[in-house]
Amino acid sequence: MTFRVLLETKEGNVTAAIRSVLRALLESGRVDALLAPCRPAEGAAVVPAVVTAPQQVDICDPLAPVMPVNMATLAARLAAPGAGRRIGAVLRPCEWRAAVELIKLHQIDPERFVAIGIDCLGTYDAAEYAEMRRAGLEPHALWAGAPAGDAAPIGGHSVRSACQMCEHPTAAGAHLHIGLIGLDYPRQLLVESVEELPLEGSPASEATLGARAQAIADLTARRTAARDRILAAWRGRLGDVSQLLAEFAGCVGCQNCMVACPICYCKECIFRTPTFDHEPEQYVHWAERRGALRLPTDTLLFHLTRLNHMATSCVGCGACESACPNHLPVATLFRAVAQRVQAQFDYEAGRSIDEELPLATFREDELPQV
Amino acid sequence: MDETTTFEPRIVAFLCNWCTYTAADLAGTSRIQYPPNIRVIRLMCSGALDPLYVTQALLQGADGILIGGCHPGDCHYQSGNYKARRRIAILKNVLEQAGIDPERVWLRWISASEGQRFADTVTEMVAALRQKGPNPLKQLWAA
Repeated sequence: MTFRVLLETKEGNVTAAIRSVLRALLESGRVDALLAPCRPAEGAAVVPAVVTAPQQVDICDPLAPVMPVNMATLAARLAAPGAGRRIGAVLRPCEWRAAVELIKLHQIDPERFVAIGIDCLGTYDAAEYAEMRRAGLEPHALWAGAPAGDAAPIGGHSVRSACQMCEHPTAAGAHLHIGLIGLDYPRQLLVESVEELPLEGSPASEATLGARAQAIADLTARRTAARDRILAAWRGRLGDVSQLLAEFAGCVGCQNCMVACPICYCKECIFRTPTFDHEPEQYVHWAERRGALRLPTDTLLFHLTRLNHMATSCVGCGACESACPNHLPVATLFRAVAQRVQAQFDYEAGRSIDEELPLATFREDELPQV
Repeated sequence: MDETTTFEPRIVAFLCNWCTYTAADLAGTSRIQYPPNIRVIRLMCSGALDPLYVTQALLQGADGILIGGCHPGDCHYQSGNYKARRRIAILKNVLEQAGIDPERVWLRWISASEGQRFADTVTEMVAALRQKGPNPLKQLWAA
């Protein structure tokens, strides 16, 4: 990071300070358009939007602790390979890490994509976020825990389970990064960038950086422990495939998880082709063979195939579980399987643009046991 | 009850056209005797095999899946078998974590001239699967 500055907020308004950074990016021409979470009217849900005018930046609400959609998916629509404008995107760590994978999957053009990473203490499910606001609770209060890196429940509401086991509270590696954890929130925020920015602030002292690093390390350690606990409990519940089938008995094959997943970018998924439109007689024939046949068919096949295809790039954002209408433990299943699949290749999805995708490369001498 | 009824494993074999399928053909023309438990699906390359098909075969109740490709370094398309090796490694990891026996999936490198080796592999696989017993997924209506 060549550029680093500590910004002071006015009257503790961190959102306004972040907006000034975003405005500076548009005004300086470093980006032609900005993809950010925005709020159409006070009290309404947060919606992603592309903002082109600096004066429109006032609609941006980057600190809202809710992720209705993984922004990396939207970034891929705006910054797809090919000629086009320079797109900046405000991304929380899991969205940035998904973007790293999408860059490697040639779905985002790194030449015209500027990632603006921002710290994250966690997000609520969209429905829960709306419910909290209706009940008069302020989800934004989550950020009060920024100095210590704490994400205490608000009015009994906890962040999503995918967030509780997320070991990446910062978007390390993004072109520009806005830091809040471990600092004197809401008085300060840290802006780091790979290039100079027209921002006025003060240099960050070693002490400040050290305190921030410590808070991040502590939060990461707590999250890693939670991850290990949750995944061990999940694996403990599984034995042979019957247990997995029991956990996913509620799957109705809506494929929302696939639609929500930032990594599932195939324009035509085989599960949406006539391959799986079976003839009426086929269903009855299969039912006769086993005595009965679960409907809709191919739900376990769908999850296993999705795992085979994308587990190497799963960043654990949990968008799948948030999208599931029947609240199935999709994110936990995918996180657990992805952990071991990625470990096979000493790979970590989202860690680095320079790390090759396990499925896109090979070594001549490897995997003799397969 | 008929004491002589032995379980006959049903193996689905995905064989690459250039090596393993040719080896199977050679086994046939050489009149090498081997168990008839395999159903062959010919692919142009082991690298063309989407793990979806292996998973589907297992969920449909196949007792064993044999995937045959050229020896690493000898792929007709240069690197297809290397990719197959990685994909099958991932597939077996995923199956194991799902509670499905990964040892029912065999990836074997058998070249075009190795007709005997092909026959031996099938014989070995049938014996191993007889030991394991039928694929329990056959009984699951909720799969």
